[in-house]
Amino acid sequence: MSAVAQKSTEQIEASIDVSVREDLIPIFIMGKKYDVPSTLTIQKAFEYAGYQLIRGCGCRGGICGACATVYRLPGTAKISVGLACQTVVQPSMYLTMIPFFPANRAVYNLDDLKPDAQTILKYYPELAKCMGCNTCTKSCPMEIPVMEYISAALRGDIEKAADISMSCVMCGICAARCPAELGQYNIGIMCRRIAGKHIKPRAEHVREMIDRINSGRYAEPLNKLINFDLETLRKLYVDRQMEPHNAPEEWTPDDKSFL
Amino acid sequence: MGYTNDLLDLIKRVEKTRPERVARKKAGEEFPALTLEQRKIRLEKYHPDYRYGALRELKIGPSKGYSVAQEIADQFEAKSRIDPDKIDLNEVHYETDVLIIGGGGAGTAAALLAEEAGARVIIATKLRHGDANTMMAEGGIQAATKSWKDSPYYHYLDVMGGGHFENDPLLVRTMVSEAPKAIGWLEGLGCMFNKWPDGRMFTLHGAGTCRKRMHYAGDMTGAEIMRTLRDEARNRAKSIGVIEFSPAIELLMDDKGFCAGAVLYNLETEEYFLVKAKAVVMATGGSGRLHMQKFMTTNHYGATGDGLTIGYRMGVRVRFLHATQYHPTGAVFPEQAEGLLITEKVRGAGANLVNVDGAQFVFEREPRDIESSSIIRECEKVGKGVPVPGQKDKFGVWLDSPMIELLEGAGTVEREFPAKFILFKRYGIDISKLPMLIYPTLHYQNGGLEYNSDGSTSVPGFFVAGEVGGGVHGANRLMGNSLLDITVFGRLAGESAGKFALERKDIGALSVEHVRKYHKELEASGIITDRVSPMVLPDYTTPEVKKRQWTTTYVGSLR
Repeated sequence: MSAVAQKSTEQIEASIDVSVREDLIPIFIMGKKYDVPSTLTIQKAFEYAGYQLIRGCGCRGGICGACATVYRLPGTAKISVGLACQTVVQPSMYLTMIPFFPANRAVYNLDDLKPDAQTILKYYPELAKCMGCNTCTKSCPMEIPVMEYISAALRGDIEKAADISMSCVMCGICAARCPAELGQYNIGIMCRRIAGKHIKPRAEHVREMIDRINSGRYAEPLNKLINFDLETLRKLYVDRQMEPHNAPEEWTPDDKSFL
Repeated sequence: MGYTNDLLDLIKRVEKTRPERVARKKAGEEFPALTLEQRKIRLEKYHPDYRYGALRELKIGPSKGYSVAQEIADQFEAKSRIDPDKIDLNEVHYETDVLIIGGGGAGTAAALLAEEAGARVIIATKLRHGDANTMMAEGGIQAATKSWKDSPYYHYLDVMGGGHFENDPLLVRTMVSEAPKAIGWLEGLGCMFNKWPDGRMFTLHGAGTCRKRMHYAGDMTGAEIMRTLRDEARNRAKSIGVIEFSPAIELLMDDKGFCAGAVLYNLETEEYFLVKAKAVVMATGGSGRLHMQKFMTTNHYGATGDGLTIGYRMGVRVRFLHATQYHPTGAVFPEQAEGLLITEKVRGAGANLVNVDGAQFVFEREPRDIESSSIIRECEKVGKGVPVPGQKDKFGVWLDSPMIELLEGAGTVEREFPAKFILFKRYGIDISKLPMLIYPTLHYQNGGLEYNSDGSTSVPGFFVAGEVGGGVHGANRLMGNSLLDITVFGRLAGESAGKFALERKDIGALSVEHVRKYHKELEASGIITDRVSPMVLPDYTTPEVKKRQWTTTYVGSLR
C-alpha cells in the first residue's frame, strides 16, 4: 500500500470540506428542513445536505437536461421550475427533484418523413390540442419561446420550429407543465432532424471528399507519412502552410499535390 | 449574489492597470511569449503531470511498471465489487449479441452500427442515456471536408504534431480518413451543422490546425450530435435496448478467454445483473471526476474511469495515461459555476490573465499546458493569486474580459460569448464589465485502453471506442478531435462488434477467473487495501455528514 496513494484520497476529501461556513440558510428538501450555504446551487445543496445523487444529475453544467427540478417559495402559490445545477437556493425554498418526466415520443423512420404539417400531426396528433397558454415558454430554463416553435410546427414551418428549438436541452419541464399534455421537446427534435435531413441543403463538399477518399487518392501519401522517420515528419509539420485566420472560404494553398 | 466586497476591492487593482494594458494591446505590444526552453522548464516545474508524486508505477496488471496518475492507480489497485467465490454465473438475466457499456456519443454510435450489422444490442449506461461528456462538447468536430484546400494528409500532420508525434500512426490514419464520412453520416441523421444557404458547412480554425476544418452547430456541437444519435437509437428500440442507471462494474469472460458480457449494478435497487453477450463495446468515456490532484473538472458526473478499471482488470493494457489535459481557464467563482469551462476564445479575443495586483504574468495565447502551468506557478510559487471566497487555501487569477469591450467595442462580450455571459449574469456578474476568476480545470483523459483501428483489443470479443481508449491523441489532444474520435471509432467498433457477434458460434461457460487472478496478484504484490473499484459515482458527501452516518458502509464511493 502506497502512503502517497492514501494521501491523494484524503486530499480530495479535504477539497470538498465546506464545514467552515457561516452563511447557512434553511431549505426544505421534500418537506424536510436542512441548513445549507446560501451560495450553493440546488444540486450542490442536496449533496451538502447528505444526499448522494443518482437521478437528476448529469453534466452539472446546464446542457444535458437531467436535473429538472420543481420548487416553491414561501408566501406564494406559484410553482417554479429550473435546472438544479443552475438554480441557486433561496431561504425557505421548498424543493423536490423530478425524475425524468414521461412524455409521448413517436417512433419514426427519418428517411420516410415528408417535411410538412401533416407529418408532424400524424406522429403527434396532440399537437392540435395546444391552446396557446404559453406555459411552456414561461417554464423553459433555456429561455426558448417554446410556444412559438410549437405554432411553427403546427403551421408546417418545420425549418422555423427547428431553428427556434435549437438550444433545447430536452429537460422535459415544458412537457411537465403543459395543460394540453404535449411533449414539446420531442416534437422539437423531430422538426430539427427533418430540417437537418430534408430541408437544409446538403453539403456537397463532404460527399465529394468521401468519394476522393474512397477512390484511394490519399492512401499513398498517408502511408508515406506513417513510415517517415520522426525528423522528416517534424519538418513537414513545421513547414505546413497555414490557412490565414482571415482567409476567405475559397482560399487555396500554394502546394496542391496533397489535396 | 455577485462578487463579494473583498473581491470588488481587489478588482479595483485590475481596473487600475487596465488602461495601460489595453493601450499596449492596441499598439500591438504583447507580453513576451516563452521560448521553447522556458516552456519546457515551466512544464516540468509546474504542470500537474510533472509534480512529484503525481504519478505512480502500477504494481499489478498487464501494464505493470507503467506510471499513471495516483487516482487512476488507486482504482486499478483495488478489489472488485464482486466476490468471485460468491457470484452465481448460472443465473443470466439478459442475453444479447452486442453489449455496449456507456450511453454517450461513442456508445450510441456503436449501437447504431452494430444494429445495422444485424446484431441485437443492449446499451447499459450509468446515468440517463446521453448524459455524458459528449453532450458538453461545445467547440466543434474536425474533418478535412474541403478538397480545394484540405485533405486527410494535413489533418494527419496536425494530429501528430498536437500529440507530440507520439500518437499511434495507424489510429490517426483511420481517424482522419474516416472523418469526412463521419460528418456525412451525422448530416444524414439530421444533425444541424451551421451552413451557408448553399449547404456548404462553416468551418473554423482550432489551436494547432493548419486549415479551417472545425465543423460546428452553434456553441453546442456535442449536444446536437448526442441528442441526434440518442433520438435515432430510440427509433430503433426494437433492436437496441437501453438499460439506464445500471453501470457495468465487472466484465465477464468465458472459459476460452473471450469476453462474454458484464455484470451490471442497478444503482437504486442495489441488485446485480448478468448480461451475456457475444461482443462487448466499452465506451465509458473518461475520468475527470476522479479529480486528479484535487483539481476541479469540466467533466460530467459519471466520468469516473469505470471502463478503464474493469478493462484493465480483464487484461487489456493501457497507454498515454501518464498525460492528463488541464484546461487553463475554468471558473472558480461563483461557486455555482466552479470547474466550468471558459472557452479559449476569450483569450483569443484579447483578454489578459492578471494576478492579484492586476499585473499580467503570462502571454495569454501560450499552448494549453503552458498556460495552465503559468497560472499554477503564479498562485503557488509567486504567491500572487486571488483568494477564492468561502474556500480556504484556494486561489485563482483574473481573466480580464472587460478588455474585450475596450478593444472591440461595447457589446462584443455578450455577442461573442452568449453562453458565458448568461451564465455569469445568472449569478449577478456582468463579465463585460468585471473580470472572471479562473484556475486550471481537469478536462480530458488523453490515454486509455489499448485498441486497434477496428476497435478490437487483445481480448477477443472486447472492443473499445472513445475517450476510454488511448493512442489516437498521443499525449495531448487537439480541440475538435474528441467528437471526431467518438463518432469514427464508435462507428467502427460497433460495426466490428456486430460482425464479430454474428460470426461467434457460442459462448463457453461464463467465468470471472480474471477477477480471482487479479485479486491474487493484488495480494502477492504486497498492496494491502480495502479499496473497491470501479468508483461508479464520485463522493461529494461532506465529512460532517459522514461523521454522523454511523451505520453506513461505503463500498468505493457508493453507500
